[in-house]
Amino acid sequence: MAAVVERDEIDVEPFVVGEEATPEFEAANIAQERRRGFLIALPAYAYLIVFFAIPLLTVIVYSFATRDRFGGADLTSFNLDSYVDLNDELIRTIIVRSAGLAILTTLICLVVSYPFAYYMATRSETVRNIMLVFVMIPFWTNFLVRNYAWYVILGTDGPLSRVAEFLGFGPTRVLFTQAAVVLGLVYGFLPFMILPLYASIERIDGRLLEASRDLYATGLQSFRHVLWPLSLPGVIAGSILVFIPSLGAYVTPQVLGGTGTTMLGSYIVTQFLTARNLPFGAAMSTVLMVFMLAATIIYFRKGGRTL
Amino acid sequence: MSGITEPRGWTKGALTTTSWLVYFFFYAPILVLIIFSFSDSRNASVWGGFTTVWYSDFAADSELTGALWNSVRIAVVATLISVVLGTMSALALERFRFRGQRVFDALLYLPVIIPDVTMAVMLLLFFAQAAKWFGFPKGFGTIALSHIAFCISFVSIVVRARLGGMDDKLEEAAMDLYASRWQAFRHVTLPLIMPGILGGGLLAMTLSLDDVVITQFVTGGGWSTLPVYVFSLIRKGVTPLINAVSVVMLVASMALVALSLLTQRLRGDDAVRQS
Amino acid sequence: MTTLRVRWTAVIAVFAVILAGCGDSGTESAAGECEVGQTDGALALYNWAEYIDPEQLDAFAAEYGIEATMTEYDSNEAMLPVVSAGNSGYDVVVPSDYMVGIMIDGEFVQPLNFDLIPNAANISDDFANPSYDPEQAYSVPYQWGYTGLAVDTEVVGTDFPRSWDLVFGEAVPADAAGKITLLNDPRETLGAALKALGYSLNTTDQGELDEAQALIEAAKGNLLRFDTDSSDELLTSGESAIAHGYSGDMFTQFLEMDDPSRYVFFVPEEGGTRWIDNMVIPFDAPHPCTAHTFINWMLDGEQGAALSNWNYYGTPNSAAIDMLDDELNAFLTDPSVLPGGLDNVEEIADTGDFEIKYSDAFENAKG
Repeated sequence: MAAVVERDEIDVEPFVVGEEATPEFEAANIAQERRRGFLIALPAYAYLIVFFAIPLLTVIVYSFATRDRFGGADLTSFNLDSYVDLNDELIRTIIVRSAGLAILTTLICLVVSYPFAYYMATRSETVRNIMLVFVMIPFWTNFLVRNYAWYVILGTDGPLSRVAEFLGFGPTRVLFTQAAVVLGLVYGFLPFMILPLYASIERIDGRLLEASRDLYATGLQSFRHVLWPLSLPGVIAGSILVFIPSLGAYVTPQVLGGTGTTMLGSYIVTQFLTARNLPFGAAMSTVLMVFMLAATIIYFRKGGRTL
Repeated sequence: MSGITEPRGWTKGALTTTSWLVYFFFYAPILVLIIFSFSDSRNASVWGGFTTVWYSDFAADSELTGALWNSVRIAVVATLISVVLGTMSALALERFRFRGQRVFDALLYLPVIIPDVTMAVMLLLFFAQAAKWFGFPKGFGTIALSHIAFCISFVSIVVRARLGGMDDKLEEAAMDLYASRWQAFRHVTLPLIMPGILGGGLLAMTLSLDDVVITQFVTGGGWSTLPVYVFSLIRKGVTPLINAVSVVMLVASMALVALSLLTQRLRGDDAVRQS
Repeated sequence: MTTLRVRWTAVIAVFAVILAGCGDSGTESAAGECEVGQTDGALALYNWAEYIDPEQLDAFAAEYGIEATMTEYDSNEAMLPVVSAGNSGYDVVVPSDYMVGIMIDGEFVQPLNFDLIPNAANISDDFANPSYDPEQAYSVPYQWGYTGLAVDTEVVGTDFPRSWDLVFGEAVPADAAGKITLLNDPRETLGAALKALGYSLNTTDQGELDEAQALIEAAKGNLLRFDTDSSDELLTSGESAIAHGYSGDMFTQFLEMDDPSRYVFFVPEEGGTRWIDNMVIPFDAPHPCTAHTFINWMLDGEQGAALSNWNYYGTPNSAAIDMLDDELNAFLTDPSVLPGGLDNVEEIADTGDFEIKYSDAFENAKG
């Protein structure tokens, strides 16, 4: 009993159940699948080409342009001036500072998240889920608001200052300092460290830790030789997820920072505003992006898949 | 595989305390913000007695409510379009093999890695050039287009994870039962990945509502979204009005999350457990 | 599949509603086709912060039955890239004196059609045909004022030198260390440093500019931050003790406090800036008719007076002078505001190709 099933594509003949699949039929099927796949991907693909790939090329092109009198880009003459300018002492200071603050943020996040993630992994499933939800809730709230909350807290008249006064330290203003910026960054990106860490620790076979204990290892030794190496993928994933946005941060230093806290993100933005140097801003953006790309590729090569 | 066992001795106390401290760290600033939004004082960091005047000021301020309305509209449009495009790209990458697939895959990852600032710069220059050639006005259109550009990737990642975790034999089974490709998708795949689609949509909406830099760079002619407007207010002069606006934004985000958790409960989780 | 169709219709309906409010696509109408008092769409104003009463803007919108929005910038240099890039969507912009010259040079503004601005007759002679727009073809004056220092006498005392030395190292009071703000504005802040060093604030000498840059860098240790928009509020909230800022901003902020006499504003003896801000129309303004109508409306005597009485800056409008508040007049004629007299006060001028050096020096100083 043969039943005919119609296919949408015109090229492929309606096949009959019960008949053999010939090589020609197979090939036609694969071609049809290929086309289908391409067509389904097409809208998103086209969108990203137009609104992502082309803008990207635009930036790269602008980075080679010359700066005109008004700070815009003179596209009639191309050179490497903007890239040469990158070697300026001020830029290097800013890069070092941004990298330093980003690394500090990452380290603090790691130190704070590790015990937390470990503790979460030792809880029962229900408790774990509840803990997760309560970690995610701040993550879903508006990023700007989370930074602004620290603006309110860290001012000279703010709650933190009041507590310091109460403890006998006198009114303190943490706002507009590097400490404030780091605090804001840690607050913003802590969930990015907790989640991968937790995912990694949770997968560890608890019996390995028990075994090391049975072999008379102290807690510290178990940590150093068993727990830490096994959780390393999570550590790396979390570190990258915190370091990258911290390096390119803009909102946090703008809201919480003062003099001497200019970071890469703010500096690039000023090139398009008061500093009036479009080609240079484009060059910095390009370099920043290349660096991030390189970091991510290295991460993927090292086997990390979770993003 | 058994999980890690209960910590013993002093470590247990230390770990519990650390965890509570972390939660305190997370929620104390939010609480402070909520409390100070009711403060009767011109200084946003000082408590001066209870009042709700800032909330009524917010409601009466047409610029603020206008910016809020803009944010919502843009977020809805951006989410809808990026969910559709993101899901389609996830399907194409997970279930098909076609030419240029690797390039597409890489292209999809870029908006995730790229820092906000670079993306803002890219789109600024792009729209400026486009303006010279096509006269495209800056405002709602440019903001929505920009948001979609970075949201598609995030939706795609979430849906792909879901698709990857799903047993694709189910689709084959459906087709063995004479379902067409489309029917198989509609009745088998789609319900199973729906939690992923909703999750991706929630993520897209959050990202769109959160965005400051990119929006700031591509907006023009008086168009403002709420975070951009609040950002400029913070630079200008801080009063508890901003506290009130912040609390409203907080409550809105939490409501959104609660809503998504609820719909997930009702829709997807059962199907997931069965698969 | 009725449920499916219903769902799709709902989605499309939502889309339609949203996109309907997409904002007008601004077909350009040549200003020549307008008549006085006519409008061709909403007004998008691009202005400094706290420079016009929102209620006054609403009154304009109500009178002409259109929408009026305002977006703000905190320096000429922040405004220029936005307008010069084109397609900014703004109808009226308010640049300072030297910036008008730059914008005319770069062809970023369009010539005004004075047939549509009969109130231009109100412009006081002192402000007509300024050096930056000699034929008065592109701009009309908006407000004028001074830039100087505002101090909190409770921290600094009443016996302090009326000099830039208060901020640039020499005479910084101990209690004010770390509580000083400078304007986030290249020409103003470098200008202050240049004046402190005894140079002209329009110098084109790189050596003098380098000295000014060094002076600012040295002063950074005592700074709270570089801030334009909230410099006045930081002072009155106690976060800062000495603020570099604009006269009107400071005056209005003082009057909001319980004890206005606690704060003093002055232009240092070495000299400072006197500036004139102007209204111009970008070359690609979407609603030039509305723009002209707005400019004409602002030049009306009553509107000019309302403006100055709100922001406490000087008015270039001869028809408005009689309607100014007594308090404002008192501030404007107070001799203690200008302890060095008018001799050392300069107006910022366009330095042509050297202009970009100021931006660079400032960015390098800020670090």
